Order: sequence, then structure tokens, then C-alpha cells
Amino acid sequence: MKNQLIIACLLPIWTFQVKAQDAKTILERVDKNMVSKTEITESEMVIRGKRNVQTIGSKSYTEGNQKSFTEYLYPERERGTKMLKLGDRLWIYSPSTDRTIQLSGHMLRQSVMGSDLSYEDMMEDRKLSEIYEGKVQGEETLSGRKVWILELIASVEDVSYYKRMIWIDQERYIPLQEELFAKSGQLLKRTVMSEIEQIEGRWYPKKINFKDVLKGGEGTDFILKKVQFNPTIPDYIFTKASLKK
Amino acid sequence: MKLSFQLAYRNLIGAGLRTWLNVGILTFTFLVIIFYNGLLDGWNQQAKRDAINWEFGYGQFHHKFYEPYNPFTLQDAHGKFNVKETKGLTPLLIRQASIYPNGRMLSITLKGLPKNQRALKIPIGNLGKHLGAIPVAIGKRMANAANLSIGDEITLRWRDKNGTFDATNVVVATIFNTTISTVDQGQIWMTLEDLWRITGLKNEATILIADTQFKDTEFEDWKYISQDKLLKNINDIIEVERASARIVYFMLLAIALLAIFDTQVLSVFRRQKEIGTYIALGMTRTQVTGLFTIEGSMYSLFSMLVGAIIGVPLFWYLADKGISFGSVTADMGIGLGDRIYPSFSPELLISSALVVIISATIVSFVPAHKIANMNPVTALKGKLQ
Repeated sequence: MKNQLIIACLLPIWTFQVKAQDAKTILERVDKNMVSKTEITESEMVIRGKRNVQTIGSKSYTEGNQKSFTEYLYPERERGTKMLKLGDRLWIYSPSTDRTIQLSGHMLRQSVMGSDLSYEDMMEDRKLSEIYEGKVQGEETLSGRKVWILELIASVEDVSYYKRMIWIDQERYIPLQEELFAKSGQLLKRTVMSEIEQIEGRWYPKKINFKDVLKGGEGTDFILKKVQFNPTIPDYIFTKASLKK
Repeated sequence: MKLSFQLAYRNLIGAGLRTWLNVGILTFTFLVIIFYNGLLDGWNQQAKRDAINWEFGYGQFHHKFYEPYNPFTLQDAHGKFNVKETKGLTPLLIRQASIYPNGRMLSITLKGLPKNQRALKIPIGNLGKHLGAIPVAIGKRMANAANLSIGDEITLRWRDKNGTFDATNVVVATIFNTTISTVDQGQIWMTLEDLWRITGLKNEATILIADTQFKDTEFEDWKYISQDKLLKNINDIIEVERASARIVYFMLLAIALLAIFDTQVLSVFRRQKEIGTYIALGMTRTQVTGLFTIEGSMYSLFSMLVGAIIGVPLFWYLADKGISFGSVTADMGIGLGDRIYPSFSPELLISSALVVIISATIVSFVPAHKIANMNPVTALKGKLQ
């Protein structure tokens, strides 16, 4: 799940071609640091409801930003639930009903397991370079780190978020925060990366807080437990058949 | 014939309590049949009237992609319409959106009607201008579910025509009360002009609602749904209710008829000397059978009379003041007001009366028919036959 969030929010930066050379250079360094061809991650999603806190564990396999497969490991209620994303299609398998359903339309706007993340947040798979124009807007200090502030404005009409702001650590080339804005300028969602550690020679956030700022609460945490960069993932993992295995 | 009626009347009055017990139960059944049918007719008329006024108008044109029971279709179910060709049609645009009352996210349906529309009773005309926020109208159920009052500002998030998220504040300018939950629950209404502006879907609609004058039913990209078809659900629900009601009042009618049947059997058995005397005095057996049958059916005539004495003021009062069903009715799928006003049409009264009179006459005739086979001499002696 964490991996998907990173893909949704940050991975498209990989091929970002901005007009402003500085922004482009920064994003390429970020990409070099964070992106791998394939990844296998084990993570926890901490969902804070009004009455309780729920922790959901999952294992995810990712190839680029088009394919991902997630299996939920705990708690018991969610165990065995699987999710497959292939391009712009998303299927969910529920072991209690032994059914696989494809999510579409307004179902994609539903929250993932009650979190602040919607399914459609994970569906954006176009390269940011194709849909945004970016510039370095300034520098500031965030959580004691010096950061660049990048502003991305949609260059095409059919994008979910008209504007994105990304705060990037100047020393470690890692995003520390991202904000997503509506067309009217209203802030909609905020992602905060923390507990940055060096894993296999890369700086990587072990905790991501995803917050729908229009909603109350403290948002949803994604905590990275284990990560493997560039492992070999068999092709059958990214097939519908693997959902029922 | 006149003699038979006079004799039957005297015999019934002479029977005293036995007669009035039969009349009592038949009256009760008669009143229940009228009341229940009147209630369903009243509900039916009220639900249809409200559905026409609040939701359906006098027929609708649906965009070719629109399926009322499939929210997935809403995303693409909109198209431009020709203002000149569609004079007499009121455009309604439907989009999906989310609101955030008190930090919660609620998925809602966003609907836009022209500010000067007259087709529906949705109070769009009351939406004035508000600085910094779009004025919206919501129903009472929606206001309760989202805990909203007039003047409350909430954040509305939607996608424009290209799928890009947009968000702004809307202010609850008016809260309307309707019996039609399908225009209330989970819905926010704004002027079509505002909805066109925020979504970029200028001159587009999902539904075109016809007014009384509109006759044309052919348009490209739009399928015509007649008012009768739109009201079919209400008719179906009422028919189901009517069927279950029939079971109840046929049971009641069966009990009442059983009491009359029982009385008739007893009369034929115990009044053999009287039957013999009638025949001895010159009445034919058929005339005596007719007399006993009239006696039985006269129970129903008495019950009409008693029913009228009790029912007319009672039903008049109920039709005028209505019957409150409290909160039970508030969220039903079919339009149901806080009060239902029963409707007692002449057809209902006549048909109910005929059902009672005919059935009472039939059950009276069956035991009385035995008289035709009686030996008058044996009958005069009072011997069992």
C-alpha cells in the first residue's frame, strides 16, 4: 500500500520534463534516489477513526507505475483481500464472498479500507511531464531540513488535481511533503513523508501521512516495514488469476 | 315482494340482539373495507400528486446514457439541448459530488434546475445571491443526516467536465420539506446557472422535464419516459398494499358472512312451524325462500345504515384532518406525507356496498334454499326434516 501511495504521489516525477531546468534537475535527482523498476514492500496502514485506530498490514508487488498487486495480511477481517491494478483498471478480491469485482465510476471515489486515500488516488498513472508544468517557487526550512518548493500546474484539462506543491529535501533529494489543490485553489490533500532512512543506498521515507484536509482527523499513516528494490517479480503476480490464489 | 320486505323487517327487529350482533360485525367489516381502500386511494393520489410536483413533472426526457437506478451512468449522462426546440421542457443537470459537514465526508448528488423554473416545487427561486458561497437548497432529511441548518456553510467538492477536482463553499439558503425522499436524501440543489458555471457543462442537462403543454416525444439523444411510466412504481407498491389489505378484509367479511350463514341455518331449523304456516296461508315455497333470503340480505342493508351513521362523520373527519403515521413514514421510498388524507370516492362506496350486499344475499340464500324441499305438513307439525 505504501508503495502504491508513493507511486501515486511521487513516482510520476521520475520522467517529469519541466520547462524550468532547475525543477527538472531536482526531480531527476529525486527520481534517481527513490524509483526502482520493481519493488516488494511490506507495510502497515494506520487508519484513525473517530472511535478507534485500525492497523492493516499488507504486502505489495509493484512494477513501474502501471502494475501493482497488494495482499492484505491482517487483521483477520481483511486477511486475504487482494487488489490488482493494471493500467487504469482496478480489481478487488474479497475472500469472504470469493468474488472479484472491478471498481469503476463513483466506486473509485470510495475510501480504501476507511482511510483518507481513495481508490482513484491510486489510479493516476500518467507521467506528470505529460500533464503538468513545474517551477521552483522558492526555498524554506521544513522539519529542520532545507527544502525547495516545487509548484506543478496542470498543462492539460483532464487531470484530477489542477495544482500540486512538492517540498523536496535539498540534501537528500527526497520529497518531504506534497499538497494537492482544487481548481479553485482550495487545498484538498496533503502528504507528509517522515522517518527518512537510507535503505540499500537510497534515502527513503518509512512513514507517510496521507490526509484529506477537508475531513477531520489526523489522516492515515503508511508505515514501511520491509522493502526490496528491483527484485524479480513473476509475471503471474500481475494477473487476475493471482487474486484467487 | 313488499310483504316479504315488511315481514323480513319485522322478523329481524323481533330477533333483537341476534340481529344487531350480525349487523354489528357486518358493519365493522363494511367500514374496514371502505376505510382501508379509502386510505390506499388517498395515499395513492397523494403520492402521485407529490411525485409529479416534486420529481416527475408531466413526463421526462432522459439523456440516452442516463439510467435512474445506476449511479455509474451519471458521469456521462449529460448532453446539450436545443433551447428553441425544447420550449416547455425544464432542464435538470445531475452530477456527483462530496460535502464535508463537521469534518465528515458525504457523497452526494448535485442537481441544478433553472432559477425561474416552474416544473417542480423545489424552491430554486428562493436561492438569492450570497457573497463568497454558492446558495443551495436541501431537503429536511438531508439536513438531518448532515446536521445542517439554514445559513450553514460547507465545503463542496466536485469534478468539472474534464474530471478535475474543484471545491468551494456552499451555503444552505433554504431547507424544503417534501414527502418525496428521492429528491431529498443525499442531494443538494443549486441553480442550473451555478452548476453550469462550476462544472463547465454550459447548456447541458441530464433530464428534460415536461410541463403540461409539452406534447412532442421525439428528440435525438433523449428518450421519452411518459408520466404513467414514471408513476408505475407507485402504482405497483399501492397494488401490493391493496392485495395484502384484501386478505385482511376478506377474512373479516368471511367471519361476518359465517355469522349470517349460521343465523340462517338456525332460522330454517327452528322456524319450521312458521315456514309451514306461511305455506298454509298461501305463500309458495319460492316466496318463503325469498323471504328468508331477504331477511339475510337485510342484515347487509341494516349494516349499510348503521355504517352510514358511524362512517359518514368519521370518514368525513379523517378525509379532512388526515391520519398521522408519525416518523415511520418519513424515509419510505414512496412519497408519504406526515399525514395521509383518505379518499372515499362514490365508486369505492358503491363497490364496497355491493360486495357486502351480494355476498350476504348469497350466504342467506344457501340455507334458505332448503325450504324448497320441505313438506309443509311436517313443517307445520314442527318435525325435524
